[in-house]
Amino acid sequence: MATDGNWLFYGWMTLLTAIALVGANAWAVQVRDGMIVTNMSDHVSWGLYIANFTFAVGLAAGGVMMVIPAYLYDDEEMHELVIIGEAVAVAAILMSTLSVVVDLGRPDRFWHLIPGIGKFNWPMSMLTWDILVLNGYLLINLHIVGYLLYMRYLGRKPNPKWYVPFVFLSIIWAISIHTVTAFLYCGLGGRPFWNTALLAPRFLASAFVSGPAFILLVLRVLRTTTDWEWSPRPARTLIQIIRVAMSVNLLMLFSELFTLFYTGSGHAASAKYLFFGSHGATGLVPWIWTAIALNLVGTWLFFLPHALERGSVRVAACLMCIIGIWIEKGMGLVVPGFIPSTLHEIVEYTPSSTEWKATAGIWAFSLLVLTVLIKLIAAVHSRQLHPRSLSETSA
Amino acid sequence: MSNGSAFPSLPILDQEPTGRRGFLKACGATLGLAAWATAMQPLVEWSQELSVDEFLQKHYRELKPAEKQAVFRRLEEDCKKDHGVDVTISDPQAIPGVQFAYALNLSVCIGCRKCAEACHIENNHDRATNNSYIRVFEMEMGGIDFEKGDATYDHPVPQPGKFYMPVQCQQCENPPCVSACPIEATWQEEDGIVVVDYNWCIGCRYCEAACPYHARRFNWEAPQIPAEEINPDQGYLSNRIRPQGVMEKCTFCLHRTREGKMPACLEACPTGARVFGNILDPNSEIRWVVENKRTFVLKEELGTKPRFYYFFDE
Repeated sequence: MATDGNWLFYGWMTLLTAIALVGANAWAVQVRDGMIVTNMSDHVSWGLYIANFTFAVGLAAGGVMMVIPAYLYDDEEMHELVIIGEAVAVAAILMSTLSVVVDLGRPDRFWHLIPGIGKFNWPMSMLTWDILVLNGYLLINLHIVGYLLYMRYLGRKPNPKWYVPFVFLSIIWAISIHTVTAFLYCGLGGRPFWNTALLAPRFLASAFVSGPAFILLVLRVLRTTTDWEWSPRPARTLIQIIRVAMSVNLLMLFSELFTLFYTGSGHAASAKYLFFGSHGATGLVPWIWTAIALNLVGTWLFFLPHALERGSVRVAACLMCIIGIWIEKGMGLVVPGFIPSTLHEIVEYTPSSTEWKATAGIWAFSLLVLTVLIKLIAAVHSRQLHPRSLSETSA
Repeated sequence: MSNGSAFPSLPILDQEPTGRRGFLKACGATLGLAAWATAMQPLVEWSQELSVDEFLQKHYRELKPAEKQAVFRRLEEDCKKDHGVDVTISDPQAIPGVQFAYALNLSVCIGCRKCAEACHIENNHDRATNNSYIRVFEMEMGGIDFEKGDATYDHPVPQPGKFYMPVQCQQCENPPCVSACPIEATWQEEDGIVVVDYNWCIGCRYCEAACPYHARRFNWEAPQIPAEEINPDQGYLSNRIRPQGVMEKCTFCLHRTREGKMPACLEACPTGARVFGNILDPNSEIRWVVENKRTFVLKEELGTKPRFYYFFDE
């Protein structure tokens, strides 16, 4: 059931497989020939991979914005759909993990990171915290999705004892993954652009936009490709959340920029380079203004009454905010942290074709996993898939 | 199929491919596997150069003396095989009662970059990138403002109105790079030197992001050095030829300094701008400089406590 479908489905899966293969090949070449095939340098030592990692963690955390209304506010209709948000979280965690793996110079030494076998620098290194919370979040969500789905497949009522405690744990845990990911950056005293207490709250606010926006798109695809029907209310709840979260996100961004530019201290060097260019170097200027424009227009669209209806305005708003936040978290945050360097040298960075291919491959593979998950969920939900169904179809 | 089975079967797993659709799926899966193998071919080529011993090697600080010797001999053999050069890998230990410190006289430095060149040769750096652990900044008189500095100058030195500021690892007492490392691949030794186990580092570059002094370097590819230029006196934790994909950094030439010699950069300095020694020794020159000169350290406000001091004569 999870792998059956029409030609559109097969086309989609083939396309994703092809892109994933191109990405896998790009990564394999990178491991063999060295990371010289990326455009990173000793000055800009993290690039597209870590940018995409940061965004993916936010996407995973954003799924919690379905869990909170469903479980804390007992929204019955949201309850029906919350499993979609959890499936998105699983795929997003997969994407974040792969983004880190491709960034390693020595992936063969991955086992050095395994607690007990390798040497885990916990609690000192924020990276070890991140490994713990991300894997924990993956396990919690796999358990919830797996348990609820299996019970539904069997046609039995899930026992709240077996999943409700994990659901509440997942709420706290979702906040923790993006907080710890922000701490990776803001804990570094030598990088003034990141070294701000506002970073974790900003990460969370933007995650509560990108996550729900992505889920809205998944719901749209699900509704147009399956018979699964639900009322417009859960989506409207998500849009209300996005309206608030995006406003808070933009306010915090403004507050950050005011502090940097009005004070005019050396701390503003990265922001100056990012927004206006510095010493003739303007590599990130088009990126950040594109992000600002997409975020502002996307937010405006979300505030339109049309966004509450099932139409193209909503889809456009979602796409704009997702792309806007992807740039803001990556090319607008990770990369300018390195420009100028700690000794104020300006070395610019644009991702190489290897980096683009590997990143596209990671997106494709994660979407592939998400498609299978969602298809499985839909089949079980519509009772196409139940303990008798397999024997019936093969009979 | 287990039609009457009491145990409900999981979906997908026991679904046999039947009919045309199943046949097409099986074909697709076969093609997919073949494509996957082709895409991953470079990985296979690369892994053939990896030995099992290298893969399973323990962290430096967990190696027993005999295991260490085996590792050093293996690395020597590898160097002979890869570069055709006989090298010795030594492993001098920190000397009890010694804390190394460095000082640099900015009134005397002329920006000739002899120190950077000596570092390049001594530490077996990649030739093509002209890598060195030292970057020399040409600074404008009237302040110490790196924003007005330039590390890529290419003209006779010294220039009027300028002074020169070499920057290398500050061997911080409170090193942010060490806290950042997720796997303890980098640590501070008893004599204050921060080292990297090149055979343990996974190359995540978090330490490079954490360092406020641009002191760390990554091996973006395997370093290339002509055989006749390889320095054969190598330390396991310092100047041995680094593998691809790992971090490296200045070690105050510990393979020299722990044997009573001076760092290569100090020996190369034509103006005597550099002072190095044991800060715990009350009669040392470095102690005299720190006690009697108006010294300063870079980015004092970060609390990293550098062991690298700058001072002016007048």
